[in-house]
Amino acid sequence: MATLQGRTGEWEMVIGLEVHAQIVSNAKLFSGASTAFGAEPNSQVSLVDAAMPGMLPVINGYCVEQAVRTGLGLKAEINLVSVFDRKNYFYPDLPQGYQISQYSRPIVGKGKLLIDLPDGAVKEIGITRLHMEQDAGKSLHDQHPTKSYVDLNRSGVALMEIVSEPDLRGPEEATAYVTKLRSILRYLGTCDGNMDQGSLRCDVNLSVRRPGEPFGTRCEIKNVNSIRFIRQAIEYEARRQIEILEDGGTIDQETRLFDASRGETRSMRSKEEAHDYRYFPDPDLLPLELDQSWVDEIKATLPELPDEKKRRFVEDYGVPVYDAGVLVADRETADFFEVVARGRDGRLASNWVIGDLFGLLNKSGLAITESPITAEKLGGLLDLIADNTISGRIAKEVFEAMWETGKSAGDIVEEKGLRQITDTGAIETAIDEVLARESAKVEEYRSGKDKLFGFFVGQVMKATGGKANPKLVNEVLRKKLG
Amino acid sequence: MSELTRLTLAEARDGLGRGDFSAREITEAHLSAIEQARSLNMFITETPERALADAGAADERRARGEPLTLDGLPIAVKDLFCTDGILSTAASHILDGFVPPYESTVSAKLRDAGTVLLGKTNLDEFAMGSANVTSYYGEVENPWRARGDNRRRVPGGSSGGSAAAVAGRCALAAIGTDTGGSIRQPAAFCGIVGLKPTYGRCSRWGIIAFASSLDQAGPMTRTVRDAAIMLRHMAGHDPKDSTSAPREVPDFEAVIESGVRGMRIGIPKEYRVDGMSSELEALWQQGVNWLRAAGAEIVEVSLPHTRYALPTYYIIAPAEASSNLARYDGVRYGLRVEGNSVQEMYENTRGEGFGAEVRRRVLIGTYVLSAGYYDAYYLKAQKVRARIAQDFARAYEKVDAILTPTAPTAAFPIGEKMDDPIAMYLNDVFTVPASLAGLPAISVPAGLSGEGLPLGLQLIGRAFDEEGVLRAARVLEEAAEFTALPTMLGGSV
Repeated sequence: MATLQGRTGEWEMVIGLEVHAQIVSNAKLFSGASTAFGAEPNSQVSLVDAAMPGMLPVINGYCVEQAVRTGLGLKAEINLVSVFDRKNYFYPDLPQGYQISQYSRPIVGKGKLLIDLPDGAVKEIGITRLHMEQDAGKSLHDQHPTKSYVDLNRSGVALMEIVSEPDLRGPEEATAYVTKLRSILRYLGTCDGNMDQGSLRCDVNLSVRRPGEPFGTRCEIKNVNSIRFIRQAIEYEARRQIEILEDGGTIDQETRLFDASRGETRSMRSKEEAHDYRYFPDPDLLPLELDQSWVDEIKATLPELPDEKKRRFVEDYGVPVYDAGVLVADRETADFFEVVARGRDGRLASNWVIGDLFGLLNKSGLAITESPITAEKLGGLLDLIADNTISGRIAKEVFEAMWETGKSAGDIVEEKGLRQITDTGAIETAIDEVLARESAKVEEYRSGKDKLFGFFVGQVMKATGGKANPKLVNEVLRKKLG
Repeated sequence: MSELTRLTLAEARDGLGRGDFSAREITEAHLSAIEQARSLNMFITETPERALADAGAADERRARGEPLTLDGLPIAVKDLFCTDGILSTAASHILDGFVPPYESTVSAKLRDAGTVLLGKTNLDEFAMGSANVTSYYGEVENPWRARGDNRRRVPGGSSGGSAAAVAGRCALAAIGTDTGGSIRQPAAFCGIVGLKPTYGRCSRWGIIAFASSLDQAGPMTRTVRDAAIMLRHMAGHDPKDSTSAPREVPDFEAVIESGVRGMRIGIPKEYRVDGMSSELEALWQQGVNWLRAAGAEIVEVSLPHTRYALPTYYIIAPAEASSNLARYDGVRYGLRVEGNSVQEMYENTRGEGFGAEVRRRVLIGTYVLSAGYYDAYYLKAQKVRARIAQDFARAYEKVDAILTPTAPTAAFPIGEKMDDPIAMYLNDVFTVPASLAGLPAISVPAGLSGEGLPLGLQLIGRAFDEEGVLRAARVLEEAAEFTALPTMLGGSV
């Protein structure tokens, strides 16, 4: 358990996260307007999104399906009846003067998510609920000296708010949680998880306590919008609270804002200033009722999720647990790996993907989907190793040539004449030449300097341009050196 | 008064069909009537050019032999319906200059049926009122005056402009909206027929919202038949309104002459409220007698939660209104009164933009939804609302429709009850229960008070049984023989 050392002893962090995930959908939650990112300001705004008089919301069935799919992916209860409420507050980028959300009856109830800890352990984090809500627009304060501008493109975009239990105990667990949640959402295709575009945003609830004691007073930190900021905000806020408590003070329950430029949190509003949102059921919308059979249909189409895939990679391909975790973190990598590994040595495939391929991808800043070496071609390379056409060492050379040219392993081996020498006669000839040239060393070896054996292997490999089958070279050498 | 404006909607439809007169002629007759009655302030916006153009197009279609069902019939539309390209105000200062680029579903359906738009009628601001005295555009005057009393009278509200226009023969028919009685009460005050359909029967899309769970559009006409004709062309499922009902729309006109023989009519004892005038009580009894004479069985029923209806309504409706009216913030359309901060701009805009009654209801609504008060007010009101609906459901195990008075009094003089909101709210005591239960209800002019002012009787039906309501209403109409003309039109003084 991660604890922090204060002046007066140990402290434990208690963290719960509220993640706002934008639902992947072409249209908004209650209007037909487009949701594409990066459009001209106010170009994707329907009459409903602008809250024109007399306009009414109509639920987008696809967004509901996406929320249910997400709930199922989080192994959560799906509530067959849920209710949309109005959350009332005034702000210029909130045209209706209320946000349509789900308050007392969300579409998804309790679920769970497994996170991998650095020590290899797996921890279960409770999901409290998932509900659907509308996003607000965006206020732009830097366009005019005295006025603010409003862009309503985001207004009405469908979000899922996913609330965790206060089960997280430090920045590692919190970031592991968000990473894992993002991975699951991407597998499901329900949120693209792009934090830099605001598709995934996070509010952090944090308190500290002495280990074993009841929960302390928490603060909510708003708008922590990258994995790095989540870590920074937690570290800063925990230290701030510990300092106050160790100085004999008390924590005020309040909403704080993370200032990314300074890496600190600061007070936004206190409990007394907290909004009274006057939630009540939206009379423009009927309760949302789902058929169990419809939920079952969605369940039947769920993709294999990271946890199951990881287990399968370990069991079916013999991939080490840690490596399997790396491979399944995103679906594209897992799919790539599986094409390489199917019918081949899974452990070798994993080593090539995680080691050599990731190395070059990282160096070039490419995603796995942009790899110049396709999964099929990497598989071809592994086949050449398996049937002794090339050695593992030559394979590295072939791999680099494949990266440069995009050609298949077979073509490169042919072009460069890298086919392994397995002809015992040719190997014997090469060995004889080496032994004749190095007769002094042969004497030394025979008089007991066993370590020279490696030297002879090296010389033979050098003489054959690395193409001699190392196993044969060893066998013949041993025989000839007696 | 031109003969053409004296026709009912059905008569005008048939006259146009026979070629007795043109759409242009009947439209001009109404435009001239509107001009003569302008001092009554029935309209916020008159649309004569548009009306004449619509009428011309209707005549051309008829000449080509392709007339639409209601082609060329001039009507008025309450200025709570958004109309494409025409100022739409909700009678509020806060919607200054608001011209929507869209047409409400109900007014669009009527337009598509060929009706001619005469203009947008006055109303209580955001439909909040029972006397049409809260309009930013000034009060509407009832075309009726009491015998020997020259004081100007209210037309009722909130659809006061529509009611006055139909009673004053300035439109063949009008459409209104009813949240707690806003069609039925002004219909009773002005001596016309007003029908609030079942909640969900007509789309709310494009109607400026007051209380979403209660608002419903309906026809205001001079006859039951006309109400049936209008409703047919207003109703229907609308995918743009999640609360509109996916139900077939019957041919209401076809059933109105079916009578009430074998029908059971309930008389709720709880509607005999304290202080009900003897003449209203007598009229109610008269209604009972008429229906019995026509073959209906009269059954006493109990609606035990009736007395809680008004307080329940005055929690739920303001609660929804406080949220529905949050969008009028000066940011995107309508009035903006600048300030030194966003907060100040909101305060200035909403302070100046909303009248006193709207402000009162926004405050009440905000209060009852506040943390700590929600359970005691809003939640409890919802529970009582469910009980009220249950009362009706139990009654409809025994009866097919319920007969009550529409309003506790006849039209009162402008200026009365102005300083007492509770007295004003009591106007809706008979109409609010059906609104809370979402049931169809109609007001039929049934007679004149001792002072010579119209009085109405209300029939409340089962959900989506507008046909039953219209049938019984037609029997009352026939028996009552209400032919009196408003004072303005030379009726008896």
